[in-house]
Amino acid sequence: MILRRILIANRGEIAVRVIRTCQRLGIETVLAASEADLDSMAARLADRTVCIGPANSSASYLNIEAVVAAAVASEADAIHPGYGFLSENPRLAAACERVPVIFIGPTVELLDAVGDKLKARAHAAAAGLAGVPGGEIQSLPEAQRIADEIGWPILIKAVGGGGGRGMKHVHEPGKLAAAMELATAEAQAGFGDPRLYLERFISHGRHIEVQVVGDGEDVIHLGTRDCSIQRRYQKLVEEAPAPNIRETLREEMQRAAVAFARHLNYRGVGTVEFLVDSDRDTFYFLEMNARIQVEHPVTEVICGVDLVEEQIAVAESRTLRWKQDEIRFTGHAIECRINAEDCAHDFRPSPGKVTRAVFAAGQGIRVDTHIQAGAMVPPQYDSLLGKLIVHGKGRPEALQLMRSALANVEIDGVITNLAMHTALMNNNEFSDGGVNTSFFPRFLQNGKKEAA
Amino acid sequence: MKLTNEDVQEILQLLDATPYDELHLETERFKLTLRRNRDSGDWTQESQVLSAPNVLRTSPAGTAALAAEAATAESSARPADAKKAGWIEVRAHLPGTFYRAPNPGAPPFVEIGSHVEEDTVVCTIETMKLMNAVHAQARGEVVELCLENGQLVEKGAVLMRIKPGAP
Repeated sequence: MILRRILIANRGEIAVRVIRTCQRLGIETVLAASEADLDSMAARLADRTVCIGPANSSASYLNIEAVVAAAVASEADAIHPGYGFLSENPRLAAACERVPVIFIGPTVELLDAVGDKLKARAHAAAAGLAGVPGGEIQSLPEAQRIADEIGWPILIKAVGGGGGRGMKHVHEPGKLAAAMELATAEAQAGFGDPRLYLERFISHGRHIEVQVVGDGEDVIHLGTRDCSIQRRYQKLVEEAPAPNIRETLREEMQRAAVAFARHLNYRGVGTVEFLVDSDRDTFYFLEMNARIQVEHPVTEVICGVDLVEEQIAVAESRTLRWKQDEIRFTGHAIECRINAEDCAHDFRPSPGKVTRAVFAAGQGIRVDTHIQAGAMVPPQYDSLLGKLIVHGKGRPEALQLMRSALANVEIDGVITNLAMHTALMNNNEFSDGGVNTSFFPRFLQNGKKEAA
Repeated sequence: MKLTNEDVQEILQLLDATPYDELHLETERFKLTLRRNRDSGDWTQESQVLSAPNVLRTSPAGTAALAAEAATAESSARPADAKKAGWIEVRAHLPGTFYRAPNPGAPPFVEIGSHVEEDTVVCTIETMKLMNAVHAQARGEVVELCLENGQLVEKGAVLMRIKPGAP
């Protein structure tokens, strides 16, 4: 089936991003927006906009009935869920099957298999991948027992989670109860599923992921991304390919990702996340994300593939349009997430009205944003203002390009993290490449000391 | 016509070969300003999508937002009397959704009559997907709760009032 009209059930930069590919492909777009976003850039770009409820996302972007009703009312052939919100929700995919309207994403069964992180761990083991030691925790004594078994410190995660939300790093048994309570609350609020599991915390780990695309039979990979620059498990900078890793290790990870996706008969775009233990020179399976990810542009620019277009092609039941050996990796890409956050005040969110927005432009520079003069940054949603993506011949060139691109961005009206990115791009350790997740908190701490 | 990123790249390539440092383009649908920095030679882009959204309203919503506005107005209308009584206001340090309990179904952090210390968590405000704990920042007794659970609050809105003093 050829898709002629797509309902985009999301907001912000990803809604704009999806609309742009649809427009290029000649597909009509209908935006499903909350009341807070009726005047957004995505609403201005879409052919039509349907209001799906109030600003509070549980009544709009997380409201399956409202989203499906909007698709039916606008006679859309398919729903693109973007990332976050309902993007990996099997109940939305199931509701789409009943209408029917095509859900642009994996099947209900696949979403269930990878969305439940415990099931995903079991599938990974079945496909021959090693996972981080850990397990489900239903009570405090059980958590205590498993943590003692695998060793402290530990990481608490939401079974239904993703995107780092609901994750808690616990150093000592005394803090376990409070961390579990907060994680349960965030898991319930964020994913409607309060279940938790825990894993051994690997302190010198690099977060490296592999992009895959499958059509239900065949699977190809689009290389690695390094996402080790994180604050409280929220990614801030990503790059592709992952720098300074043993080539044979990279190949093993790529093979493992493909093996996992093949084991599932994966259909759609997805990301297999690994934790690379630099000390032990090995890697563990973390989870699979069954959606387009925030950081997908770094892969797109080095491969020359439009991942949203591939999602649409798979949703149209086409076989993969690329063979593995047709995927060529060119140069190095870096992405900085520009957030409305006040880094000087513990990254406090800074919602408000943007009065001016100037971005870098030119060769090797891509900006994915929904921000323009007059844009509102509502307090109900995340703080992402846009993504600055650069593509250089090699990593040094990409770094240099990012430094000058950052210098050319001016956003007024809300506080941004631009200065933090500039400091990071000028940091020697980061410039050398291949830092692990312990680097960034240390970098922030040093920045604080210097400021004091 | 819709302006794409590829279009902007092409325009830039054309401009690169010219002596011009600035380009303004405005149609009914968009506004684009491209500027070249004379020192670095770098280009910047300032663009605005001007097309009006084509909104189809299908769901009768909006009551929640209106209720929240009313709440902010109401809670900011009364501080004068409260100050007279020497009560201390606990205000929202950032905008977001006000929650009285750590999770749905759990008992609230505080009730009227609860004794609080400076560092007692009295509520949370969910902003941009993060739960932000609000501390009492005063020692005393909770004497007034100004908002309903789940209401939207503006930065600076009064959340509750505390009568200072030892238990």
